Amino acid sequence: MLMDILINGLVAGGVYSVLAVGFSLIFGVAKLLNMAHTAFYMITAFLILYATTVLSIPLPLALLGSIIITTIIGIISYKLLLDRIKQHETAVMIISVALAMLCQEILLLIFGGHYRGVPPFVGGFMDIFGSRVSYQHLFAIVTSALILAGLWLLLSKTRLGNAIRAVSQDRVAANLMGINVGRIFMVVMAISVSLAGLAGAVVAPIYLVSPHMWQQPLTIVLAAVVLGGLGSIGGCVAGALILGYTESIVTFLVPGGAFLSGAVSLSIMVLVLLIRPEGLFGVVFEEERL
Amino acid sequence: MSLFYLWYGRFKGGILAIPGRVIALCFFICLFSVPLFTQDPYWLRILTLTTVFALFAASWDVLSGFTGQLNLGHALFFGVAAYTAALLNTHLAMPPWFTIPCGAFTAVVVGLIAGLPALRLRGFYLGLVTLTFPLILAGLLFVFPEFTGGELGISGINKLSSSRVGSYYIVTVVFTISIFIMWKFTDAKSKVFRTGVVLHAIREDEITARVSGISTTRYKLLAFGMSGFFAGIAGGLYVHFLRIAAPSTLDLFFSFQAILWTIFGGVCTIYGPVVGVFILVPLTEMMACTEWGGQLRFIVIALLLILTLLFMPEGITVWVLDKLEVKCPRCKVVNVFTRKKCRACRAVLRIEEE
Repeated sequence: MLMDILINGLVAGGVYSVLAVGFSLIFGVAKLLNMAHTAFYMITAFLILYATTVLSIPLPLALLGSIIITTIIGIISYKLLLDRIKQHETAVMIISVALAMLCQEILLLIFGGHYRGVPPFVGGFMDIFGSRVSYQHLFAIVTSALILAGLWLLLSKTRLGNAIRAVSQDRVAANLMGINVGRIFMVVMAISVSLAGLAGAVVAPIYLVSPHMWQQPLTIVLAAVVLGGLGSIGGCVAGALILGYTESIVTFLVPGGAFLSGAVSLSIMVLVLLIRPEGLFGVVFEEERL
Repeated sequence: MSLFYLWYGRFKGGILAIPGRVIALCFFICLFSVPLFTQDPYWLRILTLTTVFALFAASWDVLSGFTGQLNLGHALFFGVAAYTAALLNTHLAMPPWFTIPCGAFTAVVVGLIAGLPALRLRGFYLGLVTLTFPLILAGLLFVFPEFTGGELGISGINKLSSSRVGSYYIVTVVFTISIFIMWKFTDAKSKVFRTGVVLHAIREDEITARVSGISTTRYKLLAFGMSGFFAGIAGGLYVHFLRIAAPSTLDLFFSFQAILWTIFGGVCTIYGPVVGVFILVPLTEMMACTEWGGQLRFIVIALLLILTLLFMPEGITVWVLDKLEVKCPRCKVVNVFTRKKCRACRAVLRIEEE
């Protein structure tokens, strides 16, 4: 039981943190509230489903191909839609909701509304302290950790990472220093969408795949981002892990917990925000005082 | 006789000379005369639902459009009022004229409680906190199914009125009065209320508003209460019209729909959300009846939204009124686009190009 909670919490937390980091990245850098973020995660899951079960393409190729296709879709939708109306923040939000709705309906049309499963990438399981842990779950945990570590290296050690952080701190100054801000936005959008794609690839064999699978993670991701503090990558990961663990603890220990898990996670977020309005690791800027 | 001329003069100058108001007048006349032409239950049903949703969307605009307090969980007010009305009606057998105001007042109380975080949070954070309230409540509904009906909701609620036309008129009259109150409440030029100016000030620059001696806290709570009240009325009407209170009234997507309609129509105007709802909802319903529409209608709606916002990011009404109305550069009086000189001060509105 304890081991189940630990492993499931870690899987959920890992996936949520990969999603939340991607969402927070594009919001922090380009100030785009991209509600279609988890729709990209859904697209990857469906592409993997299609590639492995219908086209029977070898797995590594299917994974790579799906993530690349999702990223291309993301870049196209950024260039065609979001980029043009960047100044109108609520319009951006509504366009991305409409985009997510469009993805959902197109997938419903092609695949139908029922739940499907993707065959596991790695079979088998191992015993850890008397409970069965499948390799697929371990794979998901390790992959999420590797993705986060890779992103951290990219942001803190490379020239591109420096440029991204510069743009997120002060767009005008970064532009004056000779950074091509428009291109950085596009690169960040590509990174963000490919992170969503990676998360989708990780969960495809664990969770059920359906055209409505973008809605539940969206609320949790938004909550995790705010809980950790906007603009802080470490905060996002912490927020996502807290919410992932809450979800698994409530589901396992409380009767009727499957209905309540979302409500409890969200209540935790509200409580934290009431005590610390800037989130756990958020930074208070001078002009945001009051 | 002179009184008649006075009123006629006011009518001519205040309404007939301004294209936007002429359209609004025609709209309300059409809305009230629909049952004279058709009593088809299908059309009356669609129009009644559309009117209820228009009220709901307009109440979002009061809070988020005018006051700038981003509320992503507006379904909370609607759902709370809907469930309150349904519970009062089924358990205590209260009539609709009592349950709907009760539901609305519960929504106000909930609105004030939801407004408490608004005192500390701003922008995106506030949006996120408000987004969660309806979801938390929906989670609780599923845990107590014997009281709330769980997934199926509460059914067997009294009708609004015994006839369809009666229900239609009740909903339209309530809608018209509420829209008028909201319009006056948020009108920055109003000489009766000063709330309009204050709410605009809070949206534009909260610190400056405070420095000018406005208790922004009080006005923000007032906006939350107002918005909750009208959303609650919409929720109560909805429940007594459809005669079922389902958890879908607290859905995440239902909250987004209010925003969707408002942004489509034009934010920060009361007429914008009304126009948005009256275009999008009947369109969706009509497509549902066609052969292909059952599956494709949401794709069509999503594409329509995306294209509209791409070319008119401020909403459809703002774009249209911009074409129809010209503001005089000297005296700021609104003129029809066909005029060459201002109707009040005779200033030249635009210079003819050779």
